[in-house]
Amino acid sequence: MDKVFKALADASRRKLLDRLHAENGQTLNELCQRLDMTRQAVSKHLALLEDANLVATVRRGREKLHYLNPVPINEIAERWIGKYERPQVQALAELKRNLEKSS
Amino acid sequence: MNSPKFVYVTYIAITPEKLWSALTQGKFTEQYWFGTALETTWAPGSAIKFKRGNDLIVSGKVIESKPYTRLSYTWVHEKDAQFRNEKPSQVSFEMEQSGETVKLTVTHDEFEVGSKVFGMISNGWPMVLASLKSLLETGRALTVAKPECGQSLSETTAASVRGAA
Repeated sequence: MDKVFKALADASRRKLLDRLHAENGQTLNELCQRLDMTRQAVSKHLALLEDANLVATVRRGREKLHYLNPVPINEIAERWIGKYERPQVQALAELKRNLEKSS
Repeated sequence: MNSPKFVYVTYIAITPEKLWSALTQGKFTEQYWFGTALETTWAPGSAIKFKRGNDLIVSGKVIESKPYTRLSYTWVHEKDAQFRNEKPSQVSFEMEQSGETVKLTVTHDEFEVGSKVFGMISNGWPMVLASLKSLLETGRALTVAKPECGQSLSETTAASVRGAA
């Protein structure tokens, strides 16, 4: 779990996860496009994310596809969000989203 | 581009034999999979059914069943006409010993373009896998509220109540 928090404690890595969330299964080249990071930096961040199991990879021929793996984040949520609190927490998150959208 | 595809990975501190039982036997799936028990003979080509009580939730056909290594089957969500009419998607489980743990990789793909099932299962798998891991490592499944077809997020299934007991 330390690895997951460490991996998430970096804005560039969270950005990479956001990119995979928007479009899953991207190659390193695809992820490098439209980003202000060098290829080496992206590659390094991806390795760290993979080590924390937040990114899963699949080989397709010579390419390596990257997938967002939300399982560890779910484990963290399950640890601290009580089983009976979940609906309330979700309702609050939804309320926040709606209020922020309308303002 | 390609049809959408999910890849989920979890590391579970258990033997491949026990993980295999948990993935292939209804009495186990019922405990961590929102109360759905699977029924099949696991012979390639044979039918597989996921039932919650008498309700048929998912049906499919076994593609491959290689003990402690690989499992795959097709997937048709039966609960709702908008899901039922989509072409079958495909689920695969791969198991690989990794030190003291087993690396479990779950892929779900072959969805049709604009698939509604795709959106629904994206919420379900992380919960099912976290619950499976918890059951195998601690003996207790998670009591999660299943978002029913993306609508009622607050609905708690009978299964989660059972799991809490």
